[in-house]
Amino acid sequence: MKKLTLEQKLFLNGFRPDQESHLRIIDQEKCKQCELRQCTYVCPVNTYRWENGQITVFFEGCLECGCCRIACQDCQNLEWRYPRGGYGVNYRTG
Amino acid sequence: MSDQLERFDVIVAGAGPAGMSAAYLLAKEGLNVIVVERGDFPGSKNVMGGVLYRQPTEQIIPGFWREAPLERHVVETQAWVLTEKAAFKAAHRHEAFAQEPYNSFTVLRARFDKWMAQQVRAAGALIVPETVVEEPIMEGDKVVGVRTGRPDGDLYADVVIAADGVNSLLAQKAGLRKKEIPKNEAALAVKEVIALPREVIEDRFQVSGDQGVTIELYAEATWGMVGTGFIYTNKDSLSVGCGVLISELVERGITPNDLLEHMKAHPAVAPLLEGGETREYLAHLIPEGGLYGMPKLSTHGMLVVGDAAMLVNSMHREGSNLAMTSGKFAAQAVLRAKEWNDFSAESLSYYDQLIRDSFIYKDLYKYRNMSRFFETHPEFFSLYPDLLNEACREMLTVDGVSKRAKQRKIFWDALRKRMPWRMALDFYGAWRSIA
Repeated sequence: MKKLTLEQKLFLNGFRPDQESHLRIIDQEKCKQCELRQCTYVCPVNTYRWENGQITVFFEGCLECGCCRIACQDCQNLEWRYPRGGYGVNYRTG
Repeated sequence: MSDQLERFDVIVAGAGPAGMSAAYLLAKEGLNVIVVERGDFPGSKNVMGGVLYRQPTEQIIPGFWREAPLERHVVETQAWVLTEKAAFKAAHRHEAFAQEPYNSFTVLRARFDKWMAQQVRAAGALIVPETVVEEPIMEGDKVVGVRTGRPDGDLYADVVIAADGVNSLLAQKAGLRKKEIPKNEAALAVKEVIALPREVIEDRFQVSGDQGVTIELYAEATWGMVGTGFIYTNKDSLSVGCGVLISELVERGITPNDLLEHMKAHPAVAPLLEGGETREYLAHLIPEGGLYGMPKLSTHGMLVVGDAAMLVNSMHREGSNLAMTSGKFAAQAVLRAKEWNDFSAESLSYYDQLIRDSFIYKDLYKYRNMSRFFETHPEFFSLYPDLLNEACREMLTVDGVSKRAKQRKIFWDALRKRMPWRMALDFYGAWRSIA
Protein backbone atom coordinates (compact mmCIF):
# COMPACT_ATOMS: atom_id res chain seq x y z
CA MET A 1 0.00 0.00 0.00
CA LYS A 2 1.00 3.59 -0.49
CA LYS A 3 3.22 4.92 2.26
CA LEU A 4 1.98 8.13 3.82
CA THR A 5 4.03 10.64 5.72
CA LEU A 6 3.06 11.48 9.27
CA GLU A 7 1.71 14.83 8.09
CA GLN A 8 -0.49 13.11 5.50
CA LYS A 9 -1.81 10.73 8.14
CA LEU A 10 -2.72 13.59 10.42
CA PHE A 11 -4.74 15.15 7.62
CA LEU A 12 -6.98 12.07 7.80
CA ASN A 13 -7.87 12.66 11.43
CA GLY A 14 -10.59 14.99 12.63
CA PHE A 15 -9.28 17.78 14.85
CA ARG A 16 -10.76 20.82 16.47
CA PRO A 17 -7.71 22.70 17.69
CA ASP A 18 -8.02 25.22 20.50
CA GLN A 19 -6.50 28.69 20.22
CA GLU A 20 -3.99 28.00 22.94
CA SER A 21 -1.84 24.97 23.60
CA HIS A 22 -2.91 22.55 26.32
CA LEU A 23 0.76 21.51 26.61
CA ARG A 24 3.30 23.88 28.05
CA ILE A 25 7.03 23.66 28.55
CA ILE A 26 7.64 25.08 32.01
CA ASP A 27 11.25 26.15 31.56
CA GLN A 28 12.99 26.19 28.15
CA GLU A 29 16.35 26.50 29.92
CA LYS A 30 15.86 23.00 31.32
CA CYS A 31 15.29 21.66 27.80
CA LYS A 32 18.64 23.11 26.73
CA GLN A 33 20.30 21.02 29.43
CA CYS A 34 18.19 17.95 28.66
CA GLU A 35 20.36 15.21 27.23
CA LEU A 36 17.92 12.96 25.38
CA ARG A 37 15.00 15.30 24.67
CA GLN A 38 12.80 12.21 24.58
CA CYS A 39 9.72 14.25 23.77
CA THR A 40 11.17 14.99 20.33
CA TYR A 41 10.98 11.35 19.27
CA VAL A 42 8.62 9.32 21.48
CA CYS A 43 5.58 11.41 20.57
CA PRO A 44 3.54 9.55 17.91
CA VAL A 45 2.78 12.78 16.06
CA ASN A 46 6.03 14.70 16.51
CA THR A 47 4.45 17.41 18.63
CA TYR A 48 7.72 18.56 20.16
CA ARG A 49 10.47 19.84 17.87
CA TRP A 50 13.86 21.18 18.72
CA GLU A 51 14.10 24.38 16.69
CA ASN A 52 16.47 27.31 17.11
CA GLY A 53 17.65 26.20 20.50
CA GLN A 54 14.25 25.61 22.03
CA ILE A 55 11.33 23.19 22.04
CA THR A 56 8.40 24.25 19.89
CA VAL A 57 5.07 22.57 20.71
CA PHE A 58 2.85 21.75 17.72
CA PHE A 59 -0.15 20.90 19.87
CA GLU A 60 -2.67 20.99 17.02
CA GLY A 61 -2.01 17.38 16.00
CA CYS A 62 -1.82 16.00 19.53
CA LEU A 63 -3.56 12.63 19.96
CA GLU A 64 -3.79 13.12 23.73
CA CYS A 65 -2.10 9.83 24.60
CA GLY A 66 0.05 11.13 27.46
CA CYS A 67 3.33 9.61 26.31
CA CYS A 68 5.19 12.93 26.63
CA ARG A 69 4.03 13.32 30.20
CA ILE A 70 5.62 10.01 31.12
CA ALA A 71 8.74 10.68 29.05
CA CYS A 72 9.32 14.09 30.68
CA GLN A 73 8.84 12.89 34.25
CA ASP A 74 12.58 12.97 35.03
CA CYS A 75 12.67 16.72 34.36
CA GLN A 76 9.08 17.50 35.43
CA ASN A 77 9.24 20.25 32.86
CA LEU A 78 5.96 19.71 31.08
CA GLU A 79 2.62 21.06 32.18
CA TRP A 80 0.37 18.37 30.77
CA ARG A 81 -3.37 18.48 30.55
CA TYR A 82 -6.12 17.44 28.19
CA PRO A 83 -7.45 20.00 25.70
CA ARG A 84 -10.52 21.86 26.88
CA GLY A 85 -13.81 20.01 26.51
CA GLY A 86 -14.84 19.65 22.88
CA TYR A 87 -11.38 20.45 21.51
CA GLY A 88 -8.61 18.23 20.21
CA VAL A 89 -8.78 15.00 18.26
CA ASN A 90 -12.12 13.50 17.22
CA TYR A 91 -11.80 9.88 16.25
CA ARG A 92 -14.30 8.43 13.81
CA THR A 93 -13.19 4.81 14.18
CA GLY A 94 -11.37 4.53 17.49
CA MET B 1 -25.77 23.42 34.60
CA SER B 2 -28.56 24.52 36.86
CA ASP B 3 -28.37 24.26 40.63
CA GLN B 4 -30.51 21.21 41.18
CA LEU B 5 -28.32 19.26 38.77
CA GLU B 6 -25.14 19.77 40.75
CA ARG B 7 -25.72 17.04 43.31
CA PHE B 8 -25.79 13.38 42.25
CA ASP B 9 -25.62 9.95 43.75
CA VAL B 10 -22.70 9.08 41.52
CA ILE B 11 -20.32 10.95 39.22
CA VAL B 12 -18.58 8.85 36.61
CA ALA B 13 -15.54 10.55 35.11
CA GLY B 14 -14.98 9.18 31.62
CA ALA B 15 -17.26 7.42 29.14
CA GLY B 16 -15.16 4.39 28.30
CA PRO B 17 -16.16 0.77 28.84
CA ALA B 18 -15.38 0.81 32.59
CA GLY B 19 -17.21 4.03 33.36
CA MET B 20 -20.19 3.31 31.16
CA SER B 21 -20.58 -0.19 32.62
CA ALA B 22 -20.77 1.25 36.12
CA ALA B 23 -23.07 4.07 35.02
CA TYR B 24 -25.43 1.71 33.19
CA LEU B 25 -25.83 -0.68 36.11
CA LEU B 26 -26.25 2.11 38.66
CA ALA B 27 -28.76 4.05 36.55
CA LYS B 28 -30.75 0.84 36.08
CA GLU B 29 -31.04 0.60 39.84
CA GLY B 30 -32.52 4.06 39.91
CA LEU B 31 -29.53 6.03 41.12
CA ASN B 32 -28.99 9.56 39.96
CA VAL B 33 -25.88 9.19 37.79
CA ILE B 34 -23.93 11.72 35.74
CA VAL B 35 -21.21 10.70 33.28
CA VAL B 36 -18.74 13.43 32.40
CA GLU B 37 -16.92 12.89 29.12
CA ARG B 38 -14.31 15.17 27.55
CA GLY B 39 -14.95 14.11 23.93
CA ASP B 40 -17.61 15.45 21.57
CA PHE B 41 -19.43 12.16 22.10
CA PRO B 42 -18.57 9.03 24.06
CA GLY B 43 -16.08 7.17 21.88
CA SER B 44 -14.56 10.14 20.10
CA LYS B 45 -11.42 10.01 22.28
CA ASN B 46 -11.38 6.27 22.87
CA VAL B 47 -8.86 3.90 21.34
CA MET B 48 -8.08 0.25 21.74
CA GLY B 49 -6.60 -2.49 19.58
CA GLY B 50 -10.08 -3.65 18.91
CA VAL B 51 -11.18 -6.90 20.60
CA LEU B 52 -14.29 -6.95 22.75
CA TYR B 53 -15.31 -10.06 24.68
CA ARG B 54 -18.90 -11.21 24.76
CA GLN B 55 -19.25 -12.81 28.18
CA PRO B 56 -18.06 -9.85 30.29
CA THR B 57 -20.00 -7.43 28.09
CA GLU B 58 -23.18 -9.46 28.55
CA GLN B 59 -22.71 -9.12 32.30
CA ILE B 60 -23.52 -5.47 31.69
CA ILE B 61 -25.90 -5.51 28.72
CA PRO B 62 -27.35 -8.97 28.05
CA GLY B 63 -27.80 -9.72 24.36
CA PHE B 64 -25.83 -6.62 23.31
CA TRP B 65 -24.31 -8.48 20.38
CA ARG B 66 -27.62 -8.70 18.57
CA GLU B 67 -27.88 -4.92 18.32
CA ALA B 68 -24.54 -3.25 18.93
CA PRO B 69 -22.38 -2.01 16.05
CA LEU B 70 -19.77 -4.78 16.03
CA GLU B 71 -17.31 -5.52 13.26
CA ARG B 72 -16.60 -9.27 13.05
CA HIS B 73 -16.77 -12.19 15.46
CA VAL B 74 -13.34 -13.72 15.90
CA VAL B 75 -13.08 -17.32 14.71
CA GLU B 76 -9.35 -17.51 14.28
CA THR B 77 -6.48 -16.29 16.44
CA GLN B 78 -2.98 -16.16 15.03
CA ALA B 79 0.44 -15.45 16.52
CA TRP B 80 3.40 -14.63 14.30
CA VAL B 81 7.03 -14.55 15.31
CA LEU B 82 8.83 -12.30 12.88
CA THR B 83 12.43 -11.80 11.95
CA GLU B 84 13.60 -9.35 9.35
CA LYS B 85 12.82 -11.64 6.42
CA ALA B 86 10.80 -14.47 7.90
CA ALA B 87 7.67 -15.29 9.84
CA PHE B 88 6.83 -18.30 11.97
CA LYS B 89 3.05 -18.47 12.19
CA ALA B 90 0.78 -20.29 14.61
CA ALA B 91 -2.98 -20.24 14.19
CA HIS B 92 -6.00 -21.61 15.96
CA ARG B 93 -9.51 -21.78 14.53
CA HIS B 94 -12.50 -23.40 16.18
CA GLU B 95 -15.96 -23.93 14.79
CA ALA B 96 -17.34 -23.13 18.25
CA PHE B 97 -16.20 -19.54 17.83
CA ALA B 98 -18.30 -19.28 14.66
CA GLN B 99 -21.49 -20.14 16.56
CA GLU B 100 -23.77 -17.73 18.34
CA PRO B 101 -23.48 -16.16 20.85
CA TYR B 102 -19.75 -16.01 19.86
CA ASN B 103 -16.72 -15.48 22.06
CA SER B 104 -15.27 -12.16 21.00
CA PHE B 105 -15.68 -9.44 18.43
CA THR B 106 -13.58 -6.84 16.72
CA VAL B 107 -15.01 -3.37 17.27
CA LEU B 108 -14.29 0.22 16.39
CA ARG B 109 -14.58 2.04 19.65
CA ALA B 110 -15.92 5.33 18.36
CA ARG B 111 -18.94 3.42 17.03
CA PHE B 112 -19.37 0.89 19.81
CA ASP B 113 -18.97 3.36 22.66
CA LYS B 114 -21.43 5.74 21.05
CA TRP B 115 -23.97 2.92 20.99
CA MET B 116 -23.21 1.96 24.56
CA ALA B 117 -23.71 5.57 25.62
CA GLN B 118 -27.21 5.43 24.14
CA GLN B 119 -27.97 2.44 26.36
CA VAL B 120 -26.56 4.26 29.38
CA ARG B 121 -28.77 7.25 28.61
CA ALA B 122 -31.80 5.04 28.09
CA ALA B 123 -31.11 3.52 31.51
CA GLY B 124 -31.51 6.98 32.97
CA ALA B 125 -28.00 8.38 33.39
CA LEU B 126 -27.11 11.87 32.31
CA ILE B 127 -24.11 12.03 29.95
CA VAL B 128 -22.40 15.38 29.64
CA PRO B 129 -19.90 15.49 26.75
CA GLU B 130 -17.27 18.11 25.90
CA THR B 131 -16.39 18.42 29.56
CA VAL B 132 -13.03 17.66 31.14
CA VAL B 133 -12.86 16.48 34.72
CA GLU B 134 -9.90 18.37 36.14
CA GLU B 135 -9.59 17.32 39.75
CA PRO B 136 -11.41 15.81 42.67
CA ILE B 137 -13.03 18.13 45.18
CA MET B 138 -11.73 17.03 48.57
CA GLU B 139 -12.89 17.64 52.10
CA GLY B 140 -9.97 16.47 54.15
CA ASP B 141 -9.21 13.05 52.78
CA LYS B 142 -12.74 12.55 51.49
CA VAL B 143 -13.65 12.91 47.84
CA VAL B 144 -16.93 14.77 47.63
CA GLY B 145 -17.11 15.74 43.98
CA VAL B 146 -15.20 16.83 40.90
CA ARG B 147 -14.16 20.11 39.38
CA THR B 148 -14.84 20.24 35.65
CA GLY B 149 -13.48 22.58 33.02
CA ARG B 150 -16.83 24.35 32.67
CA PRO B 151 -17.50 27.65 34.36
CA ASP B 152 -19.29 26.93 37.66
CA GLY B 153 -18.72 23.31 36.78
CA ASP B 154 -18.30 21.84 40.25
CA LEU B 155 -20.27 18.65 40.73
CA TYR B 156 -20.97 16.86 43.99
CA ALA B 157 -21.91 13.26 44.71
CA ASP B 158 -21.72 10.51 47.31
CA VAL B 159 -19.27 8.64 45.12
CA VAL B 160 -16.96 9.53 42.25
CA ILE B 161 -15.98 6.70 39.93
CA ALA B 162 -12.64 7.53 38.33
CA ALA B 163 -12.89 6.01 34.87
CA ASP B 164 -10.64 8.64 33.33
CA GLY B 165 -8.24 6.26 31.67
CA VAL B 166 -4.57 5.46 31.86
CA ASN B 167 -3.59 9.10 32.53
CA SER B 168 -6.02 9.23 35.46
CA LEU B 169 -5.56 12.65 36.98
CA LEU B 170 -8.27 11.85 39.50
CA ALA B 171 -6.47 8.84 40.96
CA GLN B 172 -3.29 10.86 41.15
CA LYS B 173 -4.77 14.02 42.62
CA ALA B 174 -6.84 12.09 45.15
CA GLY B 175 -3.59 10.51 46.32
CA LEU B 176 -4.42 6.97 45.21
CA ARG B 177 -1.49 6.92 42.83
CA LYS B 178 1.58 8.23 44.60
CA LYS B 179 4.00 8.46 41.71
CA GLU B 180 3.96 9.00 37.98
CA ILE B 181 3.66 5.85 35.89
CA PRO B 182 7.25 4.67 35.25
CA LYS B 183 8.36 4.43 31.62
CA ASN B 184 8.49 0.66 31.76
CA GLU B 185 4.94 0.41 33.05
CA ALA B 186 3.18 1.94 30.07
CA ALA B 187 3.24 1.00 26.41
CA LEU B 188 2.62 3.45 23.64
CA ALA B 189 0.45 1.93 20.93
CA VAL B 190 -0.12 3.44 17.51
CA LYS B 191 -2.70 2.15 15.10
CA GLU B 192 -4.01 2.74 11.62
CA VAL B 193 -7.45 1.84 10.43
CA ILE B 194 -6.91 0.73 6.85
CA ALA B 195 -9.87 0.44 4.51
CA LEU B 196 -10.18 -2.61 2.24
CA PRO B 197 -13.22 -4.01 0.44
CA ARG B 198 -15.11 -6.70 2.36
CA GLU B 199 -14.49 -9.39 -0.27
CA VAL B 200 -10.76 -8.71 -0.23
CA ILE B 201 -10.65 -9.12 3.55
CA GLU B 202 -12.68 -12.33 3.36
CA ASP B 203 -10.39 -13.74 0.64
CA ARG B 204 -7.15 -12.76 2.31
CA PHE B 205 -8.08 -13.95 5.76
CA GLN B 206 -10.14 -16.94 4.60
CA VAL B 207 -13.32 -16.05 6.38
CA SER B 208 -16.90 -15.61 5.28
CA GLY B 209 -19.77 -13.38 6.33
CA ASP B 210 -18.98 -11.59 9.57
CA GLN B 211 -16.23 -13.95 10.67
CA GLY B 212 -12.95 -12.36 11.61
CA VAL B 213 -9.32 -13.05 12.42
CA THR B 214 -6.88 -11.55 14.88
CA ILE B 215 -3.12 -11.72 14.45
CA GLU B 216 -0.59 -10.79 17.14
CA LEU B 217 2.92 -10.19 15.88
CA TYR B 218 6.12 -10.44 17.89
CA ALA B 219 9.83 -9.73 17.77
CA GLU B 220 10.78 -7.93 14.53
CA ALA B 221 7.24 -6.52 14.44
CA THR B 222 8.37 -4.21 17.24
CA TRP B 223 12.00 -4.03 16.11
CA GLY B 224 12.91 -6.44 18.89
CA MET B 225 11.47 -4.20 21.60
CA VAL B 226 9.19 -5.49 24.37
CA GLY B 227 5.73 -5.20 22.88
CA THR B 228 3.44 -6.63 20.23
CA GLY B 229 1.99 -5.79 16.88
CA PHE B 230 -1.52 -6.64 15.79
CA ILE B 231 -3.73 -6.97 12.74
CA TYR B 232 -7.46 -7.28 13.37
CA THR B 233 -10.11 -7.66 10.70
CA ASN B 234 -13.06 -5.30 10.74
CA LYS B 235 -15.98 -5.42 8.29
CA ASP B 236 -14.37 -3.31 5.61
CA SER B 237 -11.11 -2.28 7.24
CA LEU B 238 -8.16 -3.62 9.18
CA SER B 239 -6.92 -2.34 12.52
CA VAL B 240 -3.14 -2.47 12.25
CA GLY B 241 -0.90 -1.33 15.05
CA CYS B 242 1.89 -1.97 17.48
CA GLY B 243 2.67 -1.09 21.05
CA VAL B 244 5.96 -1.07 22.96
CA LEU B 245 7.07 0.04 26.40
CA ILE B 246 7.94 3.73 26.50
CA SER B 247 11.23 2.82 28.19
CA GLU B 248 12.15 0.83 25.07
CA LEU B 249 11.29 3.67 22.68
CA VAL B 250 13.34 6.04 24.80
CA GLU B 251 16.32 3.75 24.95
CA ARG B 252 16.32 2.91 21.27
CA GLY B 253 15.47 6.40 20.10
CA ILE B 254 12.66 5.15 17.89
CA THR B 255 9.66 7.14 16.70
CA PRO B 256 6.32 5.31 16.95
CA ASN B 257 5.22 6.10 13.41
CA ASP B 258 8.48 4.70 12.01
CA LEU B 259 7.92 1.57 14.06
CA LEU B 260 4.44 1.09 12.61
CA GLU B 261 5.68 1.68 9.05
CA HIS B 262 8.46 -0.83 9.68
CA MET B 263 5.93 -3.48 10.67
CA LYS B 264 3.61 -2.67 7.77
CA ALA B 265 6.49 -3.11 5.34
CA HIS B 266 7.44 -6.58 6.58
CA PRO B 267 7.32 -9.11 3.70
CA ALA B 268 4.74 -11.22 5.56
CA VAL B 269 2.57 -8.25 6.54
CA ALA B 270 2.61 -6.04 3.45
CA PRO B 271 0.62 -8.47 1.24
CA LEU B 272 -2.26 -8.42 3.73
CA LEU B 273 -2.46 -4.64 3.52
CA GLU B 274 -1.92 -4.31 -0.23
CA GLY B 275 -4.35 -1.90 -1.86
CA GLY B 276 -5.54 -0.63 1.50
CA GLU B 277 -6.13 3.02 2.26
CA THR B 278 -5.39 4.50 5.65
CA ARG B 279 -8.48 6.15 7.12
CA GLU B 280 -7.27 7.20 10.55
CA TYR B 281 -4.09 7.29 12.64
CA LEU B 282 -4.49 6.75 16.37
CA ALA B 283 -2.38 6.59 19.51
CA HIS B 284 -3.04 5.40 23.02
CA LEU B 285 -1.16 4.45 26.16
CA ILE B 286 -1.65 0.97 27.53
CA PRO B 287 -1.10 0.46 31.24
CA GLU B 288 1.43 -2.37 31.60
CA GLY B 289 2.24 -2.06 35.28
CA GLY B 290 0.06 -5.05 36.08
CA LEU B 291 -0.30 -6.05 39.69
CA TYR B 292 2.62 -3.94 40.92
CA GLY B 293 1.44 -0.88 39.01
CA MET B 294 -2.07 -0.85 40.43
CA PRO B 295 -2.94 2.28 42.39
CA LYS B 296 -5.00 2.09 45.56
CA LEU B 297 -8.43 1.17 44.22
CA SER B 298 -10.70 3.01 46.62
CA THR B 299 -10.87 5.74 49.20
CA HIS B 300 -13.61 7.67 50.92
CA GLY B 301 -16.02 8.69 48.16
CA MET B 302 -14.02 7.36 45.21
CA LEU B 303 -13.39 4.18 43.24
CA VAL B 304 -10.88 3.68 40.43
CA VAL B 305 -11.82 1.42 37.50
CA GLY B 306 -10.48 0.19 34.16
CA ASP B 307 -7.28 1.64 32.69
CA ALA B 308 -7.17 4.23 35.48
CA ALA B 309 -6.60 1.29 37.82
CA MET B 310 -4.07 -0.32 35.40
CA LEU B 311 -6.37 -3.27 34.83
CA VAL B 312 -4.83 -4.75 31.67
CA ASN B 313 -3.69 -8.30 31.09
CA SER B 314 -1.17 -7.77 28.32
CA MET B 315 -0.26 -11.45 28.04
CA HIS B 316 -3.74 -12.15 26.69
CA ARG B 317 -4.36 -8.71 25.20
CA GLU B 318 -7.34 -8.32 27.53
CA GLY B 319 -8.38 -4.90 28.73
CA SER B 320 -11.96 -4.03 27.85
CA ASN B 321 -13.21 -7.07 29.75
CA LEU B 322 -11.26 -6.14 32.88
CA ALA B 323 -12.54 -2.59 32.49
CA MET B 324 -16.19 -3.64 32.21
CA THR B 325 -15.94 -6.14 35.04
CA SER B 326 -14.32 -3.54 37.30
CA GLY B 327 -17.16 -1.17 36.35
CA LYS B 328 -19.64 -3.84 37.39
CA PHE B 329 -17.86 -4.36 40.73
CA ALA B 330 -17.77 -0.61 41.31
CA ALA B 331 -21.53 -0.49 40.76
CA GLN B 332 -22.03 -3.33 43.24
CA ALA B 333 -19.89 -1.60 45.85
CA VAL B 334 -21.76 1.68 45.38
CA LEU B 335 -25.16 0.00 45.69
CA ARG B 336 -24.07 -1.65 48.92
CA ALA B 337 -22.70 1.62 50.26
CA LYS B 338 -25.93 3.36 49.28
CA GLU B 339 -27.98 0.78 51.11
CA TRP B 340 -26.05 1.41 54.32
CA ASN B 341 -25.61 5.09 53.57
CA ASP B 342 -21.91 4.66 54.25
CA PHE B 343 -19.43 5.91 51.65
CA SER B 344 -16.37 5.65 53.83
CA ALA B 345 -13.12 4.13 52.64
CA GLU B 346 -13.93 1.04 54.63
CA SER B 347 -17.37 0.60 53.11
CA LEU B 348 -16.13 1.15 49.57
CA SER B 349 -13.22 -1.23 50.08
CA TYR B 350 -15.81 -3.88 49.26
CA TYR B 351 -14.83 -3.01 45.69
CA ASP B 352 -11.20 -4.01 46.36
CA GLN B 353 -12.47 -7.26 47.77
CA LEU B 354 -14.60 -7.99 44.69
CA ILE B 355 -11.60 -7.32 42.44
CA ARG B 356 -9.35 -9.49 44.60
CA ASP B 357 -11.75 -12.44 44.54
CA SER B 358 -12.18 -12.27 40.76
CA PHE B 359 -10.23 -13.32 37.71
CA ILE B 360 -8.91 -9.76 37.45
CA TYR B 361 -6.64 -10.01 40.46
CA LYS B 362 -5.90 -13.67 39.89
CA ASP B 363 -4.76 -13.10 36.31
CA LEU B 364 -2.75 -9.98 37.14
CA TYR B 365 -1.15 -11.96 39.97
CA LYS B 366 -0.34 -14.84 37.64
CA TYR B 367 1.48 -12.56 35.20
CA ARG B 368 2.86 -10.14 37.78
CA ASN B 369 6.49 -10.81 36.84
CA MET B 370 6.06 -11.27 33.12
CA SER B 371 6.68 -7.75 31.88
CA ARG B 372 9.80 -7.37 34.01
CA PHE B 373 11.10 -10.74 32.86
CA PHE B 374 10.82 -9.99 29.16
CA GLU B 375 12.22 -6.52 29.67
CA THR B 376 15.39 -8.05 31.08
CA HIS B 377 15.50 -10.87 28.50
CA PRO B 378 15.61 -9.21 25.07
CA GLU B 379 16.72 -12.57 23.61
CA PHE B 380 13.04 -13.50 23.34
CA PHE B 381 12.48 -10.65 20.91
CA SER B 382 15.55 -11.14 18.72
CA LEU B 383 17.82 -14.15 19.27
CA TYR B 384 15.20 -16.87 19.79
CA PRO B 385 12.88 -15.73 17.00
CA ASP B 386 15.94 -15.73 14.75
CA LEU B 387 17.02 -19.23 15.78
CA LEU B 388 13.47 -20.52 15.28
CA ASN B 389 13.04 -19.06 11.82
CA GLU B 390 16.54 -20.05 10.68
CA ALA B 391 16.04 -23.60 11.96
CA CYS B 392 12.85 -23.85 9.90
CA ARG B 393 14.61 -22.43 6.88
CA GLU B 394 17.45 -24.92 7.22
CA MET B 395 15.17 -27.93 7.52
CA LEU B 396 12.98 -26.81 4.64
CA THR B 397 15.83 -26.01 2.28
CA VAL B 398 16.51 -28.98 0.02
CA ASP B 399 20.16 -28.81 -0.96
CA GLY B 400 21.63 -32.32 -0.82
CA VAL B 401 22.70 -31.99 2.82
CA SER B 402 21.42 -34.78 5.07
CA LYS B 403 18.78 -33.95 7.65
CA ARG B 404 21.03 -35.13 10.46
CA ALA B 405 23.79 -32.79 9.30
CA LYS B 406 21.24 -29.99 9.17
CA GLN B 407 20.12 -30.70 12.72
CA ARG B 408 23.73 -30.64 13.85
CA LYS B 409 24.27 -27.32 12.13
CA ILE B 410 21.16 -25.83 13.78
CA PHE B 411 22.30 -27.16 17.14
CA TRP B 412 25.83 -25.74 16.89
CA ASP B 413 24.62 -22.43 15.49
CA ALA B 414 22.38 -22.06 18.51
CA LEU B 415 25.13 -23.02 20.92
CA ARG B 416 27.48 -20.46 19.43
CA LYS B 417 24.94 -17.76 20.14
CA ARG B 418 23.88 -18.76 23.64
CA MET B 419 25.26 -21.30 26.10
CA PRO B 420 22.91 -24.21 26.75
CA TRP B 421 22.65 -23.50 30.46
CA ARG B 422 21.72 -19.89 29.65
CA MET B 423 19.03 -21.12 27.29
CA ALA B 424 17.72 -23.50 29.89
CA LEU B 425 17.58 -20.65 32.40
CA ASP B 426 15.90 -18.33 29.87
CA PHE B 427 13.12 -20.77 29.09
CA TYR B 428 12.69 -21.83 32.69
CA GLY B 429 12.41 -18.16 33.64
CA ALA B 430 9.96 -17.44 30.84
CA TRP B 431 7.84 -20.37 31.87
CA ARG B 432 7.95 -19.31 35.52
CA SER B 433 6.88 -15.77 34.62
CA ILE B 434 3.72 -16.92 32.87
CA ALA B 435 2.92 -20.23 34.56
